Amino acid sequence: MNGNGNGRRLHTISVLVEDKPGVLTRVAGLFAARGFNIDSLAVGPTAEPGLSRMTIVVQVDRKPLEQVVKQLNKLINVIKIVELEPGEAVERELMLVKVRAEGETRARVLEICDVFRVRVLDVTHKTLTIEGTGTPEKLQALLELLRDFGIVELARTGRIALARGDVGIRDRGRRLKAVGERGPEWTGGGV
Amino acid sequence: MKVTGAQALFMALEREGVDVVFGIPGGAILPAYDPLIDSKVRHVLCRHEQGAGHAAEGYAWATGKVGVAMATSGPGGCNLVTPLADAKMDSVPIVAITGQVPTPVVGNDAFQEADITGITMPITKHNFLVKDANELVETIRAAFHIARTGRPGPVLVDIPKDVQLQEITWRWPEEVDLPGYKPTTKGNLKQVREAVKLILASERPVLYVGGGVIKADAAKELYRLAVDGRLPVVTTLMARGAFPDDHELALGMPGMHGCYAAVTAMQKADLLVALGARFDDRVTGQLATFAPEAKVIHVDIDPAEIGKNRAADVPIVGDAKDVIAKLHTELKRRQEELGGPPDRSAWLATLERWKREHPLRYEQPADGPIKPQFAIQRLYEHAKDAIVVSGVGQHQMWASQFWRFSEPRTWINSGGLGTKGFAVPAALGAAAGRPDRRVIAIDGDGCFQMTAQELATSTTEKIPFITAIINNAHLGMVRQWQELFYEERYSQVYLSHEVPDYAKLAEAYGCVGLRAEHPEDVDAVIEKALSITDRSVVIDFRCDPREMVFPMVPAGASNDDIILGPEQIKPTKDPSEAPVA
Ligand SMILES: Cc1ncc(C[n+]2csc(CCOP(=O)(O)OP(=O)(O)O)c2C)c(N)n1
Repeated sequence: MNGNGNGRRLHTISVLVEDKPGVLTRVAGLFAARGFNIDSLAVGPTAEPGLSRMTIVVQVDRKPLEQVVKQLNKLINVIKIVELEPGEAVERELMLVKVRAEGETRARVLEICDVFRVRVLDVTHKTLTIEGTGTPEKLQALLELLRDFGIVELARTGRIALARGDVGIRDRGRRLKAVGERGPEWTGGGV
Repeated sequence: MKVTGAQALFMALEREGVDVVFGIPGGAILPAYDPLIDSKVRHVLCRHEQGAGHAAEGYAWATGKVGVAMATSGPGGCNLVTPLADAKMDSVPIVAITGQVPTPVVGNDAFQEADITGITMPITKHNFLVKDANELVETIRAAFHIARTGRPGPVLVDIPKDVQLQEITWRWPEEVDLPGYKPTTKGNLKQVREAVKLILASERPVLYVGGGVIKADAAKELYRLAVDGRLPVVTTLMARGAFPDDHELALGMPGMHGCYAAVTAMQKADLLVALGARFDDRVTGQLATFAPEAKVIHVDIDPAEIGKNRAADVPIVGDAKDVIAKLHTELKRRQEELGGPPDRSAWLATLERWKREHPLRYEQPADGPIKPQFAIQRLYEHAKDAIVVSGVGQHQMWASQFWRFSEPRTWINSGGLGTKGFAVPAALGAAAGRPDRRVIAIDGDGCFQMTAQELATSTTEKIPFITAIINNAHLGMVRQWQELFYEERYSQVYLSHEVPDYAKLAEAYGCVGLRAEHPEDVDAVIEKALSITDRSVVIDFRCDPREMVFPMVPAGASNDDIILGPEQIKPTKDPSEAPVA
């Protein structure tokens, strides 16, 4: 499907789910069944017992995104979904990277770490293992620089995000509206 | 009170109002089959779990209640896959209960283990694996609640053998608490007013009625809306019977094999009021050219259907019964203010003309062979108040076209998934649920052979119904496509008129087997069949294999290019010359 003005870009959606067996499979399966690639997916418990939050990043047009969000909302274990617009959310990711750093290159790697304010967690004669946290853009920039030295191994958590401001996901209005819909005419999860 | 999980299961089923379950026992569900003996719930022992699943669907279609199927682990559950997918596509409320290997060996590739919750995740509305009998009763309660509310659908509950044996204290939860499941049922009044504005402003409106109207038991509300608003109605394959076919406002079925008037009314409409319908490709044809001038009011209980295929000018999420009643009230109120419905006599006259000029048609030569449409029409004339169940293929389309429906829940078929083999077991389920009504399965010879074993169930369980096989010796619908779109290169579509001998097969199953080979036999055979009420009857109608279903909008083509009859396909060639096999 082509842009219809909205363009294909990365969307971050935050999904509050019941912490039930199989819920990750249900969510991931739904994306797969509708032909979407998940860019990243991070799951973890929330402050409320029994509830988890999934932060899902997908690259997709507006209209199919709406369809997949509506389908997601039909999953019995899904409680709430909001889309987090880039400017209106804080986003972080954690990455661990083992990079070659022998002889004189070691100093240059450490210098980069300093500039990016990231920590070294493990040192061997041949490598440094670095912990990077920050916005996905910052980690991407760091990775570009480290690539020149040779990356032995890399692990990333995927993006997590919260909306800016003083309200939680439960109190936020529905962000995604049906095509042609004029207001929040319908609410309520599940069908 | 202390009970086992298995006992609690049946106590819960009784509380849910279940009077019959369709199933087959096996190792992992054995504990549940013991308390069944003492339960008020009737068990219908099917011959194949697919049959049990479709029977549960047929029961649900016919009664509006939740149908229940039971099966053992592994192969038992796997055989339920097709009915579950079918029920998902057609929003049929069923609950499937499956045994599972004991919890300590789950995941161990134990004997007859299959990850049935994993397998059925995309084809159920929801499913559960019960790991502790203390959660069993509330899970069953939740399963029924999910199956029958909102957009109905299939729910599977997988119960490991040790959980069935586990002792628990019986407790019936009064409430179902599912924080993530709160379907919107009440239509928004502001949207209803917007919709009525569009209806009053429209010159060429059409009510596009889908299966949701049947599911919501909203036929009465629909009737009032159509009649008081003078709004013409098309009923989709899923909605046949939601509005009486003999009414002057009825245009019949739209879509790929729809009536000219229904298809063209939608194409030319300036307003479509979609009620529990989902703009399926079999209705819209090529989406880009579908109903190009129409504004759309879309009423559906599932928000995901709204805007999925066609943008809605006025979306209304809610239960069809509630929303249609509100539309009717508001429309009536506004019409009273305005002194009546707008004058749409020109539109209604055009529709009348289309109906008159392009009726469904076929020719029955006096000396045969029997035309399928003729057999179906004669059946209808003899048994107008029957519940009709169909398989999938040409006979399904002819049954839907030529039966004149007047009531909801008298037409049962597999629309979304198109499951061959649906008819016989679904008829069994419908007959079990509606013993007061005559049930007739109109089946294809290909379809029939996929699930005919349930005739044995019908005999031993004394659940009689009639199966009318439209025996055209072919996988007729596939043959039709090969004739039309593959240059008459017939590939693997010939079955045989004689093999099996359907009348003998029926007798072997304890049913009465009848046969009609000539047009003049048809009435007598139907009368004979209808005179038998204590046993199932199978009629082998030996039909013309060359007959094709028309009208037809070829897949992917525009509804504007509807083909009305064989003369439009091959104007230079006599259709009777087409090879038979
Ligand atoms: C389980 C299944 N397999 C295959 C098909 C594809 N299919 C659709 S119609 C059809 C032919 C049906 O033949 P028959 O039952 O004789 O009915 P007819 O079209 O001749 O009326 C087939 C094979 C299907 N719908 N379902």
